[in-house]
Amino acid sequence: MTPTVVLPVLIGGLYAAGLYLMLDRSLTRVLLGFLLLGNATNLLLLSAGGPAGLAPLLGYAEPEQMSDPLPQALILTAIVITFAASAFLLALIYRSWRLVREESVGIDEEDRRVAARSGQDADEIDPDQLAPEDRPAGHADSLHGPHVEEPDGHLAVPSDDVDLARPRGGAR
Amino acid sequence: MISALTPLPVLLPLLGAAAALLAGHHPAIQRTVSVAVLTAVVGVSLTLLLLADAEGATSVAVGGWPVPLGIVLVVDRLSALMLVVASTVALGVLLFAVGQGSADGDEDTPISIFHPTFLVLVAGVSNAFLAGDLFNLYVGFEILLVASYVLLTLGGTAPRIRGGITYVVVSLTSSLLFLAALALTYAAAGTVNMAQLALRLPELPSGTQLLIQSMLLIAFGIKAAVFPLYAWLPDSYPTAPAPVTAVFAGLLTKVGVYAIIRTQTLLFPGGALDDLLLWAALATMLVGILGAVAQTDIRRMLSFTLVSHIGYMVFGIGLATAAGLAGAIFYVAHHIAIQTTLFLVAGLVERQGGSTSIDRLGGLARLSPLLGVLYLVPALNLAGIPPLSGFIGKAGLLQAGVADGRALALTLVAAAAVVSLLTLIPVARVWTRAFWRATPGEVVPDSGAVASGLGGGQAPVEQTAWERHQAVATAAHPADLAEQGTREPSDRPMPPLMVAATAGMVGVTVALTVLAGPLYGLADRASADLLERTPYITAVFGTEGSG
Repeated sequence: MTPTVVLPVLIGGLYAAGLYLMLDRSLTRVLLGFLLLGNATNLLLLSAGGPAGLAPLLGYAEPEQMSDPLPQALILTAIVITFAASAFLLALIYRSWRLVREESVGIDEEDRRVAARSGQDADEIDPDQLAPEDRPAGHADSLHGPHVEEPDGHLAVPSDDVDLARPRGGAR
Repeated sequence: MISALTPLPVLLPLLGAAAALLAGHHPAIQRTVSVAVLTAVVGVSLTLLLLADAEGATSVAVGGWPVPLGIVLVVDRLSALMLVVASTVALGVLLFAVGQGSADGDEDTPISIFHPTFLVLVAGVSNAFLAGDLFNLYVGFEILLVASYVLLTLGGTAPRIRGGITYVVVSLTSSLLFLAALALTYAAAGTVNMAQLALRLPELPSGTQLLIQSMLLIAFGIKAAVFPLYAWLPDSYPTAPAPVTAVFAGLLTKVGVYAIIRTQTLLFPGGALDDLLLWAALATMLVGILGAVAQTDIRRMLSFTLVSHIGYMVFGIGLATAAGLAGAIFYVAHHIAIQTTLFLVAGLVERQGGSTSIDRLGGLARLSPLLGVLYLVPALNLAGIPPLSGFIGKAGLLQAGVADGRALALTLVAAAAVVSLLTLIPVARVWTRAFWRATPGEVVPDSGAVASGLGGGQAPVEQTAWERHQAVATAAHPADLAEQGTREPSDRPMPPLMVAATAGMVGVTVALTVLAGPLYGLADRASADLLERTPYITAVFGTEGSG
């Protein structure tokens, strides 16, 4: 068995594509990226077992000719785990779409608020004197915001996501 | 004796989870089963700790396979100590959850999922602590992570889904990184058994070793929320129900810290990345505490202090001396208990005050002096006020740092002292604002306007968004919203079981202080074992040097 260049190239390509997809804001792409990364890792495990041989069944082949069964067992476990995790991720994406009609990574509102706050000591601010959108989470009225009418007619959930483009209309 | 007991901390919760799932329609049976199982696990873990301390490390080959082939579970002082602390904390949180569930009477919420999932989580944590090979460690991580995905998104409200997605994707990425590191390890060393790896890895080229070590460190660093890899934690933890956040904060990050301790000492004793760990510890401590100072929400504040205090443990690991490791081990035990307790108290505060934002809370000390005591004791302990266990752990780490004597170690000593003082700021601010000041109704003249702003002149969409937000913020039944929406602190008595569970956890943290002498002795012996490495390897192979 001569060393093959196919496996490393395939693994590298899958890692690159998976990583690229994972960096996207759209959750479906993140899921696809995760699946590619999972497959790349499984192939890496497979190649860790050394050169390919005959099926590791007793009586079918001599032990010297068999391929290493341990990585195959590990891959089997990893596949099951990846399968369960991607099923759960799909459910999360569907739930997210049902709730807010978006399947992109949400914004941590509280994080934005803390970041946008002025340098004043928080102890000296009376939340009731702030503009509603500057009030801390948990403060009544804190979810007030300008309505954004979506092209398909429903009202988007208000967010202070000002510097990012709206998700593409075709994505949903 | 010890070999019969070792699989039980994994086996019992798994069987208990199955039983609890079968009893899904009978909440009383379900509660009894899970409490009984966790009590048994606490007992088994305590016995294991006593035996492991007396007899040293022991290994069990699961299924009777010969050692390098099959799965081994290893109990040594470190893993037994972790088991005891973890199971105790899990029991406390479970009792709190039982108290909360029966008090809220939420029969329609998916609470029948909670008990089985919680037990699976405990099984995963135990498996990670006991794992004798890297792949079993990976499986342990996956068990606890999958359970944690379910627990974090329990109820499936919008903020929980948003926080949950971040958490799930980050965790999955770190798991894949771990798996890739496993593949490289197997390709390079031909085994994933940790004891065998400890013998074989030093023979590999140093570049290969460094690659495997850094990949494992990054994977565990994500789980432990060490500095550049921590951002997911304050994002996702605060949205979950109070008991879930409590057990996550206490246990999950510490499993990552445990894995770092184990791999750093057993597999890579050369200390190639120790300086990097020290820098990461410095950044973790400072960034975490500065984040905590900026927060107005108690739970987010606690999440950031959690990140900050992970830095102390990494500091001890990075020193890689016996004293440093002993300090880190003691600090892990202390911090599991203390952080869980504080999150449980935050759950009680939320229940009593109707909010976790310190801008809205007030007058809790007068409303419930007991709650004040329950908050103050662990809060002072977290900041490291002298007689308490937080001070003992920090003092041990600072001593180890001074004994090390390098400029970097001394910088960390100074930073650790400053961070300890900075911890007082957010903790004291919660005390002065939520507990000490007058109720907001007296300070804010137009609190009625806030309440009326809820009802008047808003689009329906906004209201549902608000209600959703509210339902998550208070984890309350939607029917209670009308009552809670006014944000009046409730003066109905706190459910006794929730208070008892929290008080019990405060008792545990105080007991850690009282028992600090023997516990620190145990941590010393555990760290000596870790640095010597032979006890672990001998325990797995029976004789020295084989394999």
